[in-house]
Amino acid sequence: MQLTHQTSTAQGTSIISTQDVNIFYGSFLAVKQINLDILRNKITAFIGPSGCGKSTLLRAFNRLNDLIVGARVDGTISYKGRNLYAPEIDPVEVRRQIGMVFQRPNPFPKSIYENIAFGARINGYRGDMDELVERSLRQAAIWDEVKDKLKQSGLSLSGGQQQRLCIARAMAVQPEVILMDEPASALDPISTLRIEDLMQELKEQYTIIIVTHNMQQASRVADMTAFFNVELTDGKRSGCLVEYDKTEQIFQNPQQQSTQEYVTGRFG
Amino acid sequence: MASPPQISSTPQSIFRPNAKHREAISKIFRIICAIGLGIGLVVLGLLLVDVFQDGFARLWQPGFFTGNASRFAQKAGLRTALLGSVWLLILLLLISVPIGVGAAVYLEEYAPKNRLSQFIEINIANLAGVPSIVYGLLGLGIFNELFGLGPTLLSGALTLSLLILPLIIVASREAIRGVPQSMREASYGLGATKWQTVSNHVLPYAIPGIVTGVIISVSRAVGETAPLIVVGAVGYLTSNPGLLRRFSALPIQIFDWISRPQAAFTNTAAAGIIVLLALLFVMNGTAIYIRNRFSTFR
Amino acid sequence: METPNPVSLSIRRERTLEKSVTRGIKEKIIALVLLGCALVSVLTTLGIILTLFEVTVEFFQEVSFAQFFLDTRWTPLFADQHFGIWPLINGTLLISAIAMLVAVPLGLAAAAYLSEYASHRLASTLRPALELLAGVPTVVYGYFALTYVTPLLRNFIPLDVFNALSSGLVMGIMIIPTVGSISLDSLRAVPSSLREAAYGLGATKMEVTTQVVFPAALSGIAASIILGISRAVGETMIVVIAAGQQPRLTLNPAEQVAAMTAYIAQVAAGDTPRGTIGYKTLFAVGSTLFLITLLLNIISYLIAQRFREVYD
Ligand SMILES: Nc1ncnc2c1ncn2[C@@H]1O[C@H](COP(=O)(O)OP(=O)(O)O)[C@@H](O)[C@H]1O
Ligand SMILES: [Mg+2]
Repeated sequence: MQLTHQTSTAQGTSIISTQDVNIFYGSFLAVKQINLDILRNKITAFIGPSGCGKSTLLRAFNRLNDLIVGARVDGTISYKGRNLYAPEIDPVEVRRQIGMVFQRPNPFPKSIYENIAFGARINGYRGDMDELVERSLRQAAIWDEVKDKLKQSGLSLSGGQQQRLCIARAMAVQPEVILMDEPASALDPISTLRIEDLMQELKEQYTIIIVTHNMQQASRVADMTAFFNVELTDGKRSGCLVEYDKTEQIFQNPQQQSTQEYVTGRFG
Repeated sequence: MASPPQISSTPQSIFRPNAKHREAISKIFRIICAIGLGIGLVVLGLLLVDVFQDGFARLWQPGFFTGNASRFAQKAGLRTALLGSVWLLILLLLISVPIGVGAAVYLEEYAPKNRLSQFIEINIANLAGVPSIVYGLLGLGIFNELFGLGPTLLSGALTLSLLILPLIIVASREAIRGVPQSMREASYGLGATKWQTVSNHVLPYAIPGIVTGVIISVSRAVGETAPLIVVGAVGYLTSNPGLLRRFSALPIQIFDWISRPQAAFTNTAAAGIIVLLALLFVMNGTAIYIRNRFSTFR
Repeated sequence: METPNPVSLSIRRERTLEKSVTRGIKEKIIALVLLGCALVSVLTTLGIILTLFEVTVEFFQEVSFAQFFLDTRWTPLFADQHFGIWPLINGTLLISAIAMLVAVPLGLAAAAYLSEYASHRLASTLRPALELLAGVPTVVYGYFALTYVTPLLRNFIPLDVFNALSSGLVMGIMIIPTVGSISLDSLRAVPSSLREAAYGLGATKMEVTTQVVFPAALSGIAASIILGISRAVGETMIVVIAAGQQPRLTLNPAEQVAAMTAYIAQVAAGDTPRGTIGYKTLFAVGSTLFLITLLLNIISYLIAQRFREVYD
């Protein structure tokens, strides 16, 4: 399975790129030999059966795996040309520029206002906080629903609202890249559609990478799609990148048989 | 296939039917277990009844709360002991809570998996099993003698603080462990540093659990007598307590009264016990209230 | 950077990826302070060991090991000085033995009832009630032993006013939760598949409990008992108040005895200036007490560790 996953520069400039990335949990190789370029101001979808290491790779992009004891990254992940795992790089700074929205909405058990303000405050934001809160909530298309109850707990919202609050929270820090790990998997269809619409608007200013199990979602929102699969080597299961291309290409004219099987639902 | 295999000699014939008999024994066993549980509770009840019978009347005699120590059982009051216990309580909170919670945060959020951390953990587990009177000797040797504090309130408070530190650490760690990992991830994901995450999210989330644990630990110290005897608390104090003065405390005063030969002091001691138990009851009740109140909130 | 809304991306502009020195230092300092808090526990242990042993060494410069371990009398403060530790150990062990005779059966019965018989609801009410026993200050137990249990028992058996029996009995009640709670946890940790297998063979509930569940939880139970002994050995106020102050070699529970802890409390309550032999005996006895409880705690810990390995 030899493929170059480098995408032509004609499609855009790359903001994150990986070279021969292997990610381990202890001695377990969870993800192996990843080479891909994430394009700036595009939406990239990661698809593939569960357990193939999509979350693992995504969390390596903003060094959130640092929190897991025993997790280790081999190879190079560079962001704007800088190796994210170089010793002089501060993971805290990385996460400020590469934000994250999680699978389960996880608002802080604080007021809606505080949920937004926290990130800005720790990032040294000195502007008008009320304005930033409003703008972030508007960008996340939730302002109208919460504007009268900013003092209420973030937990009082519905699941879909909570997830949009989390998106607003991520945007308040003004990252360049937003990582979304199955952001809609816990949500109802209407909330899901709202979030997809939202992503289209956001891509003007942000680069978005979204992990999704939902083929329609990937084909609806993503410019680029990467298909991952589990490969068995010496009886061990490791995730690998099978195919990475423009979304239409992946869905209409995949080069690999396993991609074909997966996107047409004849798989797992 | 000539004949079906012989399986007819079923076990019934070999085994004597005894199910009824065994069931009966089992029922008796159940009752014995229940009695075992009951005895402890009954004794607790007896103890409370005994103390109330002995001390309830004495409790309401004039001057019991406001009087100083006295040679006469009828005049003896709790004032200095109560003041001493209140002082101790405040000092304990000031000393042991920051250190205990700090240690818990370190062990849960900061400690790398190395020898030092393991050593600290073993240490804490071990300290929880050291007899309280040994802490008294520690206080006597270090605070009284080495630091030159002498038999003072401060020395007693420091000693009790060390005594309850392991309890506070264990309770706080448990509370911190109850904070969902998703809270930490959300915070780190926004670019928060470790301390920002801990101080803004982990600790606030864990506070009800920590407060509950702290109150229970401190109430344990409030009932401690032995280490205070060793560092020099006394039951005949008539002056107000001060940080660097000799001091008394509720259990010390009770012990002093119990040790008096005159029978009348029995009632005074029992009245003192009622006050001590009431204080502990209120403290633990508060702790349980906080725990229930905030756990349903989640 | 070209952006449609310059205000909206105000934070983005002043960004680096590099570690910031000031923030690094601040976080380091905080980490160090927290480490310092954790190290207080290590200092406490060190403090205990150093103070105990420093004075104990002084003690043994005056008193020989032979005097300490071979003499059968303990009268360090009398004109006729003897420094034999055995009478104090005798007192401690006698009372502890009585206490364990109470605490083990009652604690295990309570644990068995709460784990195997009581409904979840009932157990969650009764367990904290039982644990109240551990929350009663020991000075209160001492009072109870002296003013209630001893007079009560004296109706039936001849007893000294101060005696090992009533302090042992009351101490046993105090230790029920120590034995009971830890045993309860280990009984509950026994997988229910084991019970079902036994029921499947037609065993009664008692047979399952005593022949399947208890053996499976044995190391947890053993650990709880040893921890209980350690509690008994280290307990002070009950024995000071109700067992008396007379160090003697006896196995008669009706007599007055002195436990190690009681000796320490009694002598420390009087004035014993540093440097006097009285002061030194406090630490010599304290060291002995500390070593005994430490040993028990280590054994209990090791047993409990094994138990954990079995079920993980
Ligand atoms: N914290 C962890 N520790 C050890 N193994 C993990 C951890 N997280 C995930 N894994 C393993 O890594 C592999 C990839 O997991 P993940 O990245 O979550 O897959 P996906 O998101 O594609 O479903 C799986 O085999 C999973 O069991
Ligand atoms: Mg995943």
